[in-house]
Amino acid sequence: MFYREVGEFKTSYPQDSESFAIGLDKYGYYFILIIAFGIIPFLVNDYWANAVFVPFLVWAVASLGLNILTGHCGQISLGTGGFMAVGAYSCYKLMTSFPDLNIIFCIIISGVITAAVGILFGIPSLRIKGFYLAVATLASQFFLVWLFNRVPWFYNYSASGQISTPERSVFGVLVTGPNVQPWAQYLICLLFAFGLAWGARNLTRGSLGRSWMATRDMDIAAEIIGVNLLKAKLSAFAISSFYIGIAGALFFSVYLGAVEATEAFGINQSFLVLFMIIIGGLGSILGSFIGAAFMVLFPVLLKNILVGWWQWDAAIATHLEFISVGILIIVFLIFEPHGLAQLWRLLKQKLRLWPYPH
Amino acid sequence: MQTLLFALEVSLNGFMTGILYSLVALGFVLIFKASGVFNYAQGVMVLFAALTLVGLQQGIVPFEHLINNLFGTSIHGFGWNMPTLLALLLTLLTMLLLAWLVEKLILKHLVNQNPVILFMATIGLAYFLEGFGDLMWGADVKKLDIGVPMGISDTVESTTYDWFGYGFFIDRLDITASIVAALLVIGLTIFSQYSKTGRALRAVADDHQAALSVGISLRQIWVIVWSIAGLVALIAGIFWGSKSGVQFSLSLVALKALPVLMLGGLTSIPGAIVGGLLIGVGEKLFDFLVGPMIGGATENWFAYVVALVFLLFRPQGLFGEKIIERV
Amino acid sequence: MNETEVTDKVDTLMDIKKVTLRFGGVKALSDVSFNIKESEIRAIIGPNGAGKSSMLNVINGFYTPQEGEIWFQGKRRPKLKPHQIAYQRIARTFQNIALFEGMTVLDNMMTGRMIYMKSGLLPQLLWWGKAEREETENRMIVERIIDFLEIQHIRKTPVGMLPYGLQKRVELGRALAAEPKLLLLDEPMAGMNNEEKEDMCRFILDVNEELGTSIALIEHDMGVVMDLADRVVVIDHGEKIADGLPDQVRNDQNVIDAYLGVAH
Repeated sequence: MFYREVGEFKTSYPQDSESFAIGLDKYGYYFILIIAFGIIPFLVNDYWANAVFVPFLVWAVASLGLNILTGHCGQISLGTGGFMAVGAYSCYKLMTSFPDLNIIFCIIISGVITAAVGILFGIPSLRIKGFYLAVATLASQFFLVWLFNRVPWFYNYSASGQISTPERSVFGVLVTGPNVQPWAQYLICLLFAFGLAWGARNLTRGSLGRSWMATRDMDIAAEIIGVNLLKAKLSAFAISSFYIGIAGALFFSVYLGAVEATEAFGINQSFLVLFMIIIGGLGSILGSFIGAAFMVLFPVLLKNILVGWWQWDAAIATHLEFISVGILIIVFLIFEPHGLAQLWRLLKQKLRLWPYPH
Repeated sequence: MQTLLFALEVSLNGFMTGILYSLVALGFVLIFKASGVFNYAQGVMVLFAALTLVGLQQGIVPFEHLINNLFGTSIHGFGWNMPTLLALLLTLLTMLLLAWLVEKLILKHLVNQNPVILFMATIGLAYFLEGFGDLMWGADVKKLDIGVPMGISDTVESTTYDWFGYGFFIDRLDITASIVAALLVIGLTIFSQYSKTGRALRAVADDHQAALSVGISLRQIWVIVWSIAGLVALIAGIFWGSKSGVQFSLSLVALKALPVLMLGGLTSIPGAIVGGLLIGVGEKLFDFLVGPMIGGATENWFAYVVALVFLLFRPQGLFGEKIIERV
Repeated sequence: MNETEVTDKVDTLMDIKKVTLRFGGVKALSDVSFNIKESEIRAIIGPNGAGKSSMLNVINGFYTPQEGEIWFQGKRRPKLKPHQIAYQRIARTFQNIALFEGMTVLDNMMTGRMIYMKSGLLPQLLWWGKAEREETENRMIVERIIDFLEIQHIRKTPVGMLPYGLQKRVELGRALAAEPKLLLLDEPMAGMNNEEKEDMCRFILDVNEELGTSIALIEHDMGVVMDLADRVVVIDHGEKIADGLPDQVRNDQNVIDAYLGVAH
């Protein structure tokens, strides 16, 4: 009834290719932005920031990255954890080696370094496909984590093998370290997540994005049309790793403050991000956010109910989480391989035609 | 001379680990050939089999933790130990049941899907099994002892001392494991080459449609190969579990069969065997020769990096066939 | 149209000289030579498995022949990657439709204009300046092709959801989006009903006449070939067995033998 394009006339091609073509979508989007930037920062407390909002935003950035590579370009990667580790340790080395460098630049440069590492590990994708590639990316996962664990230079020879973030501020506001305010943590992650999501949207609707999707859907035809597969695949690896590296840097510096490579960036983190994009929706920006929200909220919810209300052991909650996530993945792959984002699209399609579906 | 002998000892140990890699890789190859599924869950299946075996043997009540939490009871085991043989049999049955359920609940619904989707589904399965195994039997590290001889073999040590003046330290568990695994590898190879089921299996691997049209039941074949994979997982679980305790890292060790497989070529049985031995010897030797210089524990990644570099130059693996792309 | 006139007045666009292609021990093409002239419709025919598709694959660089030369626009073509050959404005369609199924019709056709997209990473990331301008300019050209092929109504439909006949048309559209000098069509009418075939013939003729695009076409329907083609080359068992005007080829004894089967 209310949700339709009747009465909205597109008079130019740029208008026609806008991100939110239907008015209501556009207002919904502005509404969310106002809440995210204007209201939540004033309300957020330590628990909500650290249990929900900050991890959600950090994982959303990682999902955006993996979704570019896997969802848009069709290359599976199980090395996300390893690449996040590259981002985190680059950020740590930059912060400690150049104490005067602004943290924002540290995080962005960490992304660039991760992109370079991503290109290196993406080279095999030129020759191998599908699960061959997936297993090859496991090499980056295991090798990188081992590297940060075993080469003391990376953790500045600290006795514990951990890295912990020094205090840094942006415009006089502390954003890292133990004394950081929850709203500052939240805002800096939000800024990165918003900027990167906007960039991802632009990239995926332009010619680079089309070259990725063409590679995913039919690589031979893409090549014959003039897509340079080498460039398409490596650029997807680079940009995806850039995003994941930034996620890793935020994960370490803003969110956790102190990490140890094997624990924080193990193979389960790689799966976590993969699950986010499967459940959220492969090849969808919105899906990256939905998936991240789901995978962050679900364990919190489970824990609150089982441990908080029913007083069960935390271990059981963890086991049940694994079981349900496993089942969910299989169910989604069987019934809706395009994830929650597709369900959302279908719902909107129904709504657009309601109440006269024919 | 001393170093050389030491390296030889290391290689021998690696060779024996390699046989187990070959065995697990063989489980992968059979599933891949018959159903085109790249089974990521194989590693967790090893863990799950070992967990079930220990749990049954030690008389742990399944889900006792969950039951205790649900009903406020405090059950801690049945209070008896199950005979090893019975526990083995029941574990095998569990693995067969698992194979049947996987076909019934997952594969059946994903026929003709993109292989990558199937691969991701097996990652989901791996996650499920990991949580399920822990929930059923508890997540603590368990000691597995089913009477396989363990400890350094005195015979080998004294014989080699007589020969070289240097005694080799070889674990009796490793010797037993490699003999059992080698027998199983031979058995499986013969099975897939000469038995009627084996022939059907190869037919399915060649062309699903054609196999169906001559009356081979695809789903039956799938249950069979997943059962074989379950059996393989059980064997590997017994030996690796006895060696280092039953815990999560077991699944990561078993996962090394993946790079082994890629080295050998996904569809090649000889490839799986040779690849397993190469990786087994290679990773031990590398850790022995290069490891100390770069911080050790290189076994975590050696297999993967070798596979990655190797695939750069020969994407089809050692024994795989070259793919001609068509338009 | 008078065929001889067409073939006489124009230059050679592509010259294929003694091309031999092997897969291991199997010879897919042996010593095949023929040429394609500017603005002509050149049919390649032959029985199944004769090597016709391999020939197209050689022309657009997907296969590299072991022997022989390919001359394009008067220059010998060095060994190039398929995506480089696309920049020489050679476009094609495929025997089994090779569209990008997860993308809309519009996106498929915009991908067809890949070789004209030049904006860098940063403008694309910011959707700014050149990137946005380029998008709009190319969209206008694509929209003209959409009008020409009469597929306006499915512009934003994912191609995976379209029926076969329309998919074939979209694939032609994607190839046309590259504004090719040479258009390779691999069985553009396979599996179509008569009405769809007529539409497709009309599109092919229009493209050829209005834009002067040279077309090399593989087709099994002899009626279509005789109607459309200016000249026909016949391949059998990887060898060229006849080459000439449709009427000459039709009466050639070798061709009749190849099609009807004769003891070799």
